[in-house]
Amino acid sequence: MVLVLAIGDLHIPHRAADLPPKFKSMLVPGKIQHIICTGNLCIKEVHDYLKSLCPDLHITRGEYDEDARYPETKTLTIGQFKLGICHGHQVIPWGDLDSLAMLQRQLDVDILVTGHTHQFKAYKHEGGVVINPGSATGAYSSFTYDVNPSFVLMDIDGLRVVVYVYELIDGEVKVDKIDFKKTANPR
Amino acid sequence: DEQFESPSKPKFPILLPHRLRVTTEASCRPVKYTTQMIADGVEDEEKWLAAGIAGLQQNAFYMHRALDTNNLRDALKFSAQMLSELRTSKLSPHKYYELYMRAFDELRKLEIFFKEETRRGCSIVELYELVQHAGNILPRLYLLCTVGSVYIRSKEAPAKDVLKDLVEMCRGIQHPVRGLFLRSYLSQISRDKLPDIGSEYEGDADTVVDAVEFVLQNFTEMNKLWVRMQHQGPAREKQRREKERNELRDLVGKNLHVLSQVEGIDLDMYRDTVLPRVLEQIVNCKDEIAQFYLMDCIIQVFPDEYHLQTLEVLLGACPQLQPSVDIKTVLSRLMERLSNYAASSSEVLPEFLQVEAFSRLNNAIGKVIEAQPDMPIFGAVTLYSSLLTFTLHVHPDRLDYADQVLGSCFKKLQSVGKVEDNKATKQIVALLSAPLEKYNDIVTALKLSNYPCVMEYLDTETSKIMATVIIQSIMKNSTRISSADKVEALFELMKGLMKDSEGTAEEVDEDDFKEEQNSVARLIQMLINDDPEEMFKIMCVVRKQIMTGGPKRLPYTIPPFVFSSLKVPPSLVRQLQGQDENPFGDEATTPKTIFQLLNQTIEVLLTIPAPELALRLYLQCAEAANDTDLEPVAYDFFTQAYILYEEEISDSKAQVTALHLIIGTLQRMHVFGVENRDTLTHKATGYSAKLLKKPDQCRAVYGCAHLFWVDDQDNLKDGERVLICLKRALRIANAAQQLSNAARGSTGPVTLFIEILNKYLYFYEKVNQHITVDAVNSLIELITTEMQQNDSSSSAPDPAAEAFLAGTLRYIQFQKQKGGTIGERYQAISTVKE
Repeated sequence: MVLVLAIGDLHIPHRAADLPPKFKSMLVPGKIQHIICTGNLCIKEVHDYLKSLCPDLHITRGEYDEDARYPETKTLTIGQFKLGICHGHQVIPWGDLDSLAMLQRQLDVDILVTGHTHQFKAYKHEGGVVINPGSATGAYSSFTYDVNPSFVLMDIDGLRVVVYVYELIDGEVKVDKIDFKKTANPR
Repeated sequence: DEQFESPSKPKFPILLPHRLRVTTEASCRPVKYTTQMIADGVEDEEKWLAAGIAGLQQNAFYMHRALDTNNLRDALKFSAQMLSELRTSKLSPHKYYELYMRAFDELRKLEIFFKEETRRGCSIVELYELVQHAGNILPRLYLLCTVGSVYIRSKEAPAKDVLKDLVEMCRGIQHPVRGLFLRSYLSQISRDKLPDIGSEYEGDADTVVDAVEFVLQNFTEMNKLWVRMQHQGPAREKQRREKERNELRDLVGKNLHVLSQVEGIDLDMYRDTVLPRVLEQIVNCKDEIAQFYLMDCIIQVFPDEYHLQTLEVLLGACPQLQPSVDIKTVLSRLMERLSNYAASSSEVLPEFLQVEAFSRLNNAIGKVIEAQPDMPIFGAVTLYSSLLTFTLHVHPDRLDYADQVLGSCFKKLQSVGKVEDNKATKQIVALLSAPLEKYNDIVTALKLSNYPCVMEYLDTETSKIMATVIIQSIMKNSTRISSADKVEALFELMKGLMKDSEGTAEEVDEDDFKEEQNSVARLIQMLINDDPEEMFKIMCVVRKQIMTGGPKRLPYTIPPFVFSSLKVPPSLVRQLQGQDENPFGDEATTPKTIFQLLNQTIEVLLTIPAPELALRLYLQCAEAANDTDLEPVAYDFFTQAYILYEEEISDSKAQVTALHLIIGTLQRMHVFGVENRDTLTHKATGYSAKLLKKPDQCRAVYGCAHLFWVDDQDNLKDGERVLICLKRALRIANAAQQLSNAARGSTGPVTLFIEILNKYLYFYEKVNQHITVDAVNSLIELITTEMQQNDSSSSAPDPAAEAFLAGTLRYIQFQKQKGGTIGERYQAISTVKE
């Protein structure tokens, strides 16, 4: 069982002051093995905070990130899965699943984690899974009027990944889960 | 050796009580130490102590022998000799104590012997008289006290009589150290024999009054001895004397402790007898060390309830003390105790009101500060700080009291001017933090009118620290500040962080500055109200404040301002929806007004310059305007963004990102009419083709294809223009290939072609008539050929491209199997298997 936190679009301090307290109390160091961050933190303090939760931190660049050295895309392998990260403002039209699928094929990954729209999505297509963890702080976005803070926790176990999405709705944390299985690698 | 005379030949008249038989030590023979030591002139304390202990132990040995053989006479003789070691003047209090403790232990054994003697028929009265035959007064008195203990236990005389006799006899020792230890001995052996209420020693004649009288007398005499030490000896040894005095202070204080344990002392007796007598001694002794220690002692040993009820008397003593006494510490400790008492239970709070605790303390502090104009500001602030904490605990709902305290502190600060002292500024921060911690709500603290006044007196550095403390409090409690007035009041306190103070060219550490400004940005997020009208007012206040921040601060403060403001138009629109007319008239806040404000604000970023940030913010505003159907406003924002792109953004990487944002935003706009959209799209495609690197050009151009095809807008599906974009992208990809050949002698990546293929498929799927299946097929063929050529040539294989192509081909296969329209369209595509 490998736990991977997918989180992003915090927009601290431009659009949000901090993570919701209920999220902060859930995210404790030592429980998570990897963190995948889609970008738009935006400041070093948030980077340090995420790093304190788990030293294996992978970030891609959002258009408001203070640190310009984050890469545009990143790929990594966890267990049997290949994961790809990209903030998503580079993929036009924004939030378009077909265009994201193209990026997924280009990066050749099973799971593509992307952000920018501040809307949680978990979408399966023939090439794999596209996950958008939404905005962990519920930051302002022109995509939706009322953004619910959300993040995703993936449990990778062999050829199976269970995606848990945590959303803060009306002050309560609601959890949902989705199962994905991949066929064994043919190549 | 001491000669001990037999009882038949008394040296002095023996009568009970022996009031007048006070002999001074001057008439006694001095104790002999080894001549060797005197001859050497050795002033080594350790040696004296060792000699003393040796002498003591030797005599104790013989004393034990006497005890074992029931030899009273010898027991008295050797015990007196043993006690003579305590007659020394050569030991400091610390060392004397060691000697004393050993004597004490030996005397316990002697006491047991005396008790047994009385059982064996010896009269206690006779024993009491017998021990007074000891040649030297100090041993005599120690023995007398020891016998006295047995005497009281025997109950042959009232406890009070014996105690009275002993406490007066001890006057015979006027040497401070010896006297203090002797009286301490008296105190120790009498503790459990006081005629307290419920004690076995209470009787008709003996009451707690007598017990109190005894302890008070002992205390008074001990204090006098203690104070006398201050003036003995040369002035140059004053420091050493004071150190020694401090070593002895607990001996004096113990008496007060004993009093606090007396059950029979109730509030009335405390108020009428105990406290006045103790205070009398404290005031009259006019000694700084004693006064400070004993006042503190009173506060620590007696119950808080008593202090409350005697507050007037207690505070009344303070101005009578020596000016050099650290009265602020005393008062601070008193207030601390009372604060804790108040915090312990809400039931005691009415008491505080009943005794008017607050006003008495307030006045007392005022008097003290007035009486000591030279008191360092640190001291004054500490006093006010303690009083404020007290007020917050005892009268949490009386903001006026808290404000009063701050007001008094402010007045004092005014007379002093700007505070330079580090300790004092720390105290001011503590003073100002107390209301924050108590109320957990900055809004309540803002109601204290004197709060900002006090903050004025902090130097710039500390002002910033305090502002940060306030922000942290707000963050911790998730406090929202939801009215324009409160925001203004809050900003008064934030001045240090939000703008440069006048006149100073500040040298701030860059990282610190960043942290500060980021916390200001976070603060701005907390200034919200769901009502759009009020929110707009708040935003106006915010804008006014951040504009005074200067170019270094604006890049941090403008973005949060913009994003907070962008929340208003949608809620305004919602409010206005369902209303036929704008009920507020033309003057009121409309989304347009807000966008105008935003436009003016973002403009300022160009003067810094921060063009990339400004471009992003313009595009965000355009999107928001799009959502409120304000076409001209949206168009204007786009124009601004484009101008920035053309004139200010020259870095290639920055251009690519900026273009992504422009195209992505434009793609989502539905508010534009045909003309406006065309102009903007045309420009965007133009920019795309002019990017520096060919691959970037290619990608931007095929991205532009999406500008001509928006799924949810039927009139925005221009298949032809889409194809033109894709073809153009192909041409650029080709050119990139050739460039790569010429410049590096190898073919460039095939990836671009595969990307374009995917885009062809995207639009083909959407039934864009202009994308023909033949075009798709030939593109596939082109790519496969390229890849095969790459494999056979010497250039390195491209696994990424291969995987990408394989993925794409798999996708095509998958779509073929879908059935329906999609399946049909895809059937026509031939995928050549490798």
